[in-house]
Amino acid sequence: MEVKILSAKFDIKDAHMLEVAKQHGAYSQLDKLFSMEPVAVIEEVKNSGLRGRGGAGFPAGLKWSFLPKGLNKPVYLTVNSDESEPATFKDRYILVRDPHMMIEGIIICCYAIGCHDAYIYIRGEYTSQVKALQKAIDEAYAAGYLGEKVAGHDFKLDVTVHRGAGAYICGEETALLESIEGKKGQPRSKPPFPAVEGLYGCPTIINNVQTIASLPYIIENGAAAYKQYGTEKSPGTHLFGISGHVNKPGMYELPLGLPILDVIEKVAGGVLNGKKLKAIIPGGSSTPVQTPEDAKDLTLDYESMAAHKTMFGSGGIVVLDETVDIVKLVENLAQFYHHESCGQCTPCREGLGWILKIVKKILRGDGTSADIDLLVELCDNIEMKTVCVLSAACTMPVRSYLIKFRHEFEAYVKKGASAQANVKQG
Amino acid sequence: MDELIMVKINGMDVHFPKGKTILEVCKDAGIYIPTLCYDERLKPHGGCRLCLVEIKGKPVPLTSCTTPGEAGMEISTESPKLTRLRKTILELLLSNHPNDCMVCEASGDCSLREMAYLYGASLDRFQGEKWNLPIREDNPFITFEPNKCIACGRCTRICNEVVMAGTIDLVNRGFNAIPETAFAKPRSLKNCEFCGQCVSTCPTGALTDKKGRGKGRAGDIKKVKTTCTYCGTGCNFFLNVRNDRVVRVTSDFEAPVNKGNLCIKGRYGYDFIHSDERIKTPLIREGEGFREASWDEALSLVAGRFNAIIKEHGPDKVGGFSSSRCSNEENYLLAKWVRCAVGSNNVDNCARVCHAPTVAGLAQSFGAGAATNSLEQMSDIDTIFIIGSNTTEAHPIVSLYLKKAISKGAKVVVADPRKIWLAQRADVWLNMKPGSNIALINGIIHVILKNGWESKEFIKTRTEGFAELKAKVEEYDLDRVEKLTGVSRDKIIEAARLYSQAEKSMIVYGLGITEHLTGTENSMATANLALVCGQVGRPSTGIMALRGQNNVQGASDLGPLPATLPGYQSVTDPKCREKFGKAWGVTIKDKPGLKSVEMLDECAKGNFKALYILGEDPAHTDPDLHHIRKALDKIDFLVVQDIFPTETTKYAHVILPGASFAEKDGTFTNGERRVQRIRKAVGPVAGLADWEVLCKVSTLMGYPMPYTHPSQIMDEIATLVPAYGGISYKRIEKKGIQWPCPTKDHPGTTTLYTETFARPSGLALFMVLDHVGSGEVPDETYPLVLITGRVREHYNNGSQTRHAVGIIDLVPEELVEISPEDAQSLGIKNLDWVKVLSRRGEIKVRAKVTKRSQTGNVFMSFHHQSTLTNVLTSGHRCRISGTPEYKSCAVRIEQLSQE
Ligand SMILES: Cc1cc2nc3c(=O)[nH]c(=O)nc-3n(C[C@H](O)[C@H](O)[C@H](O)COP(=O)(O)O)c2cc1C
Ligand code: SF4
Ligand code: SF4
Ligand code: SF4
Ligand code: FES
Repeated sequence: MEVKILSAKFDIKDAHMLEVAKQHGAYSQLDKLFSMEPVAVIEEVKNSGLRGRGGAGFPAGLKWSFLPKGLNKPVYLTVNSDESEPATFKDRYILVRDPHMMIEGIIICCYAIGCHDAYIYIRGEYTSQVKALQKAIDEAYAAGYLGEKVAGHDFKLDVTVHRGAGAYICGEETALLESIEGKKGQPRSKPPFPAVEGLYGCPTIINNVQTIASLPYIIENGAAAYKQYGTEKSPGTHLFGISGHVNKPGMYELPLGLPILDVIEKVAGGVLNGKKLKAIIPGGSSTPVQTPEDAKDLTLDYESMAAHKTMFGSGGIVVLDETVDIVKLVENLAQFYHHESCGQCTPCREGLGWILKIVKKILRGDGTSADIDLLVELCDNIEMKTVCVLSAACTMPVRSYLIKFRHEFEAYVKKGASAQANVKQG
Repeated sequence: MDELIMVKINGMDVHFPKGKTILEVCKDAGIYIPTLCYDERLKPHGGCRLCLVEIKGKPVPLTSCTTPGEAGMEISTESPKLTRLRKTILELLLSNHPNDCMVCEASGDCSLREMAYLYGASLDRFQGEKWNLPIREDNPFITFEPNKCIACGRCTRICNEVVMAGTIDLVNRGFNAIPETAFAKPRSLKNCEFCGQCVSTCPTGALTDKKGRGKGRAGDIKKVKTTCTYCGTGCNFFLNVRNDRVVRVTSDFEAPVNKGNLCIKGRYGYDFIHSDERIKTPLIREGEGFREASWDEALSLVAGRFNAIIKEHGPDKVGGFSSSRCSNEENYLLAKWVRCAVGSNNVDNCARVCHAPTVAGLAQSFGAGAATNSLEQMSDIDTIFIIGSNTTEAHPIVSLYLKKAISKGAKVVVADPRKIWLAQRADVWLNMKPGSNIALINGIIHVILKNGWESKEFIKTRTEGFAELKAKVEEYDLDRVEKLTGVSRDKIIEAARLYSQAEKSMIVYGLGITEHLTGTENSMATANLALVCGQVGRPSTGIMALRGQNNVQGASDLGPLPATLPGYQSVTDPKCREKFGKAWGVTIKDKPGLKSVEMLDECAKGNFKALYILGEDPAHTDPDLHHIRKALDKIDFLVVQDIFPTETTKYAHVILPGASFAEKDGTFTNGERRVQRIRKAVGPVAGLADWEVLCKVSTLMGYPMPYTHPSQIMDEIATLVPAYGGISYKRIEKKGIQWPCPTKDHPGTTTLYTETFARPSGLALFMVLDHVGSGEVPDETYPLVLITGRVREHYNNGSQTRHAVGIIDLVPEELVEISPEDAQSLGIKNLDWVKVLSRRGEIKVRAKVTKRSQTGNVFMSFHHQSTLTNVLTSGHRCRISGTPEYKSCAVRIEQLSQE
């Protein structure tokens, strides 16, 4: 099932080094690129159907075409390498094993959108990755692929790496921009969208590492070649991170559209130790959970995920076996999002805290059925009523667990009630 | 103008100009939407989420504060769903909020409480652990109760967005988010401006004014709207009064100039009103001291002595000084008193020592001596040209407009010998030598003409005298200008380009232009520059001369000037004399009287006999103090009316207690010509307001002034001063009006000279000017230039601010600012005691070593009675208007051995 487009060089020794990467085709598309008109590049990417790999799946070429024309302002590209969503571990492979693929992608994107200053915002905890990346950028500068004249063409491009400081929220695109500007990473109200008013008030495109890294293939082989993989609305391949209770956890490049149960079985070696499957988190911690029943006809593409009232997300699949305590899982989840809330919206700042408090109360055995209802109501009153979707990234999955696994919550309530009754009798 | 669009709100059609948010539209239409993180002064934030509204066709409710209204929207501001949402939000907030409204300072003035009530938020649904953080008192003016904070971010945003002080920000994430200083340092950190903007915006009791705590809450307080008594910006606010005492100052968010913002002086400088040191009864000299006297006794003595001296020496040996601290009505009365009861033209006001050059200079160039535009327009400037104004300190609220323009991308040119706040952020800092204004501006015009950057059309149709100007600036090539000003040529070229090439450029100047030997010419030079580029007569262009005192403009407008009657109507013009003579029932002398500085000169020679000084302190604030003191010593009869004992009252024969701005009705005219009300909030300490005292003195002298309320005086002014013709108390009840306002239905004038200039030809006049330099320049014995000016915390002679709790602790003493290079070569360390000497005197003061000073220049303020800076300043005066050259004199600094 696996294909090797993005990961083609991942297993080649020292492919992160320019010399080796070049032997395997890195930067070979630049002459072709510069022979094209920028609009033609955008058109090609549009035709490829490439969708953003940061989680929302927004068509990349379409996003680029939103840039206002004729403004007397610079255009910026920022590459989102914040990769902090629990269960997501794909971009780090690109950063370490084939950074030149991404740099070439940056050149392609910048040429298409008329950008001369690109920023890479990298997760603070990625210490070894940032070193690898910076080394690759230095190499690219030294070899003339970046700087005053990119590959000898009349095109200037500078790339700057900006490190985060350990906040998940800085992966949200506008918080990321605030952070680059040197402010506290807090999402901005939209509109205006970054394509119109982004970094330093200038038009800005934000794309995920994998989105950008997909570009050299598209330029080399054309949109049609890319579309031979995947489904009509979800073309191409994706780096999936499969983790949890499977026999062969890891990162696999697959075309989109494969049945999720097949992938778990055939690619990841099935549920660990032959245990029973309880649930699947399909695309990172913020996506609503799927029961084995739900997942029967679920395929790994944007349409099928939407039809199942969940999301493709960032391709981080987590397999949960029968031993998993869902209430404890929700506690863990709520803990994470509560901790990561930037704090500017009341419902998110206070509300996620209360989700956590109430779940803890239920775990302690002090909860009631009304508390479970209150949790659902809280989710309803928070979701989509905040500046950014971090709060929804918590409430959407939490609500799915509350509905699909309500019995596990009730069990804690009952256990607690009888324990208390015993105490009273004793 | 703007295209109107329509939306339906709760079923009702509402029309509004494009570009407004749904919240703004609703506010204008009187539809209530609850908000906690919104403040008109801030950019929309969208944090509290209370202002969510439903819009037909949108899947989720949207925040009305951030969503622009679009044609055809159908909006609901209330629904069961919205109520549920809002209730939940409020309950979540209350879950971590102390429930102590009973004793909360903000009770009655708390948005959280009001909304909790409105939406029936209960305290039961969410009960759990709450913050338990200690109350913070580490700022002299602000108490912070973190447990009451709802993390709306208003304080942090106003501090960063509006004040640009950057003192606080929301630190920590999520539940622990809290407004805090960097590294939790005390809030009295160096960058706090103590403006209290954060307090004014806080929707709860988390931030409160420390000085007012426990002295009365919203319910027990009378709020009296008035105008600030400090600088000439004209900020409005509410005096909060309880039991005939001002206990606090709070923001008036509708104020046209300041929109609720205030500076440290306006917000926290009110203690002087109830200071124990106020003069509470009339005092009559007895030997070396004074004895208390009744009003009756003091006033008959004053009237009797004046009459006797006039009889003996003639009216020309008698005069009066008026004050820009006093109201328009009082200034008018003093001008009238000198003309009618005394019978001379010897009347002047303290603008003589600050902005007389503006009045004289701009009047010659443009036709009227006033700022050409409105402060509000400053936020839309493209290039700001600031010359001789440390705006962020001397005019903090004006600077907020400049900061707004800067944050919107305006280019900034600062011409100032000191590296002030604005210079640090300027695109070009013209670090000129003191006294080189004309050379600099001529050089800039030279560059503009050489590059063809001038506005030929404007020069052709709106001005005269261009050929002469052109010939003159020809002589100011950059080689010469570099030498004269010390500014490098690239900077001059860049400044010329930025100013001339922008769509809207404005010149903002302060006393750094006027207080020079060439003060009047300096102001005319700025006019030349504006005219060459056509940067006048449109919004956000022109010249804004920033007025130092609350009523400098009004004091000049209303006639305490030796050569002009109220409304700048000349005493040499028979028509004007006739008009006033008829109205006042006297014959007006046709010879201009003496300027204040000349009256004092005459005193010193023994030629001037009696003087009435209303609210001025020349023995502290005038230059060359030894000379002034000699003059005051010689005078036969001196009456000083003031609120505090000052250096000048020491020389008085009779001291009359003055009433502060909080104790009387009246009007002030601010620096943008806006006539605004002041209102009596508490009774005058000595029982009479200044205008009443003047009326009584005049009546006792035989010229009756039977007014019973200041509004009657304004009505009389309106009949005599055309620019004030349409002004009455009734019309300015809510919002002041900017003159010229000739008729009762005229809306006032925001921008002068849109069509014609006020000169007889209707054209502006280019003035031919040459570099002269300062009257006193450094030499071997006195190698440094002393520049004087203000610091933000204090005001003028300091008599008011030095009585304000907090302020005086913050800046307790004078410091001389000196550059690190000069300090090093003199062996001076920060805060060492030094001696500053000039040809006229010497003083002891401590040194502040700072990069704000350039090598060769030192700086001092003049706010402290303990350090009389003006002992040092020179006797040079503006050649045309007589304004002293405070801005530069030569000094030497000597280190004093450490004690
Ligand atoms: C709370 C939050 C965290 C996010 N974190 C990331 C991230 O780590 N990496 C990423 O690429 N996108 C992240 N996103 C999505 C970005 O906002 C943005 O949609 C994406 O970078 C756009 O790139 P794409 O169009 O190429 O997917 C996050 C969004 C939210 C709301
Ligand atoms: S939803 Fe949460 S993380 Fe997003 S802006 Fe609001 S408070 Fe911050
Ligand atoms: S007083 Fe002014 S400067 Fe100080 S923290 Fe408040 S807003 Fe900022
Ligand atoms: S102190 Fe007041 S203004 Fe500041 S965040 Fe807290 S509640 Fe808002
Ligand atoms: S007022 Fe709109 S979100 Fe607070």
